[in-house]
Amino acid sequence: MTHDGTATMSLKDRLAQPVNQTLRRIPSWPLYIVGAIPPVWLFVAGLTGGLGVDPVKAMEHQMGEWALWLIIASLCVTPARRYLGINLIKFRRAIGLLAFFYVLFHFLIWLVLDVQIVSQILADIAKRPYVTVGFAAFLLLIPLAATSNNWSVRKLGPGWRKLHQMVYAAAILGALHFIMLVKGFQLEPYIYMAAILGLLALRLPDWLKRRRR
Amino acid sequence: MPRIWKSTFKDHDVTPEQAYLNRRQIMAGAAGLGLGSIAGPAFAAPEGLEPNPLEDITNYNNYYEFGTGKTDPAEHAHALTTEPWSVKIDGMVDRPGDYQFEDILANAQIEERIYRLRCVEAWSMVIPWNGFTLASLLDRVGVQSGARFVAFETVTRPEEMPGLRYPVLDWPYREGLRLDEAMHPLTLLATGIYGKDLPNQNGAPLRLVVPWKYGFKGIKSIVRITLQEEMPFTSWNDANPREYGFYSNVNPQVDHPRWSQATERVIGAGLFGSRRETEMFNGYGEEVADLYAGMDLQKNF
Repeated sequence: MTHDGTATMSLKDRLAQPVNQTLRRIPSWPLYIVGAIPPVWLFVAGLTGGLGVDPVKAMEHQMGEWALWLIIASLCVTPARRYLGINLIKFRRAIGLLAFFYVLFHFLIWLVLDVQIVSQILADIAKRPYVTVGFAAFLLLIPLAATSNNWSVRKLGPGWRKLHQMVYAAAILGALHFIMLVKGFQLEPYIYMAAILGLLALRLPDWLKRRRR
Repeated sequence: MPRIWKSTFKDHDVTPEQAYLNRRQIMAGAAGLGLGSIAGPAFAAPEGLEPNPLEDITNYNNYYEFGTGKTDPAEHAHALTTEPWSVKIDGMVDRPGDYQFEDILANAQIEERIYRLRCVEAWSMVIPWNGFTLASLLDRVGVQSGARFVAFETVTRPEEMPGLRYPVLDWPYREGLRLDEAMHPLTLLATGIYGKDLPNQNGAPLRLVVPWKYGFKGIKSIVRITLQEEMPFTSWNDANPREYGFYSNVNPQVDHPRWSQATERVIGAGLFGSRRETEMFNGYGEEVADLYAGMDLQKNF
């Protein structure tokens, strides 16, 4: 492809090859089962007193944090192939869908177990920027989850790719939601935001190349 | 007529006053001979205030010097050395100086006060404090005329407090009260919970409790009390003046910019425990509302 990149490309490929061969043998469906364990465990722990004295807040926070991890993991797939030659693409749908369901649970815990009062829920979504931002991220993920099937991919053609780039916005909004809700200066949410922006920046070379064409 | 904070039973004749004193106070005072075998006092919850179990109170804390997580203080606060302890009392007082904690206790009349603690984060729990009124300490040191505010400061020991490594707030933690708030009989300096020494994560050995204000006003592990004319620096107000006012009275009508203060989550109520409506002045309005007569509480939040 490129003149001086050939040698490193082949070295990269040689290193990535055994990894890719192993990955090819692993099916993606067990991810759904593995992914179902944490929320179920969380709910049981909450019921049995394993989450401390404020189980609702603990569940809410944990589901949100895990959702952010999964979104960050899904953003790693493209750079992993671009820079390491490792192909994780067949796991991306499972990771993305799990992320959506984690966000959904996070939202439902807040709705049903935490705030409870319908009028206050609506007021919070409209009036409180951190809730608005988090809710917007959730809304953005709905069409992505709804089109996470082979039929939609075929039907939408190149539009599918465009549509699913909304995950970039959702990821940034998710991290922003976390930054906005903590009290005082806390490092953790900024680490997530930096990871997301970093992973998006790794896509820039390819974007620029595509635009030049 | 005092409610809630006042015990409904007059038990001084039944339960010796000393039974309220914790181990440390017994050691410090002269009255502690052979009291170990006396049964603890009954902790009736007047006006239906049912105290949370000690486990709730000691495992759900905001004490950012030990970390921002709710269980961080329970995990790390054991490292805090609370003996010896002295409190510097200075500014506009007749008898300034470094007061040893034992000396403060020896002159204090320890009472039990069951208060609801309403956190600015919209949760609450009920805590049976042991302590003495701030007014009694201020009377002892002699407040000079002209003093209008009281400033407080928390201990800062980076080697014992891992949270101080992060600039979450402008350390040391500082808080303040108007003098009339400080002198109010509800305002307590707590030294114990459930008749035991104050656990480190709750602000040992000496912390402020102002039940009609949000919990963060109740500054922990106090090392300095200053009487002054100007309104003091307060940490959360400094960090975000739009969100945290100097007064920070519990007020369901004034929302935090980021969340509603109309209701509160009840700690210890479990997964399906419901919310309760937040009360004006956290339910202590009858006692304290006149402190703010004529003030616009939307502005002076």
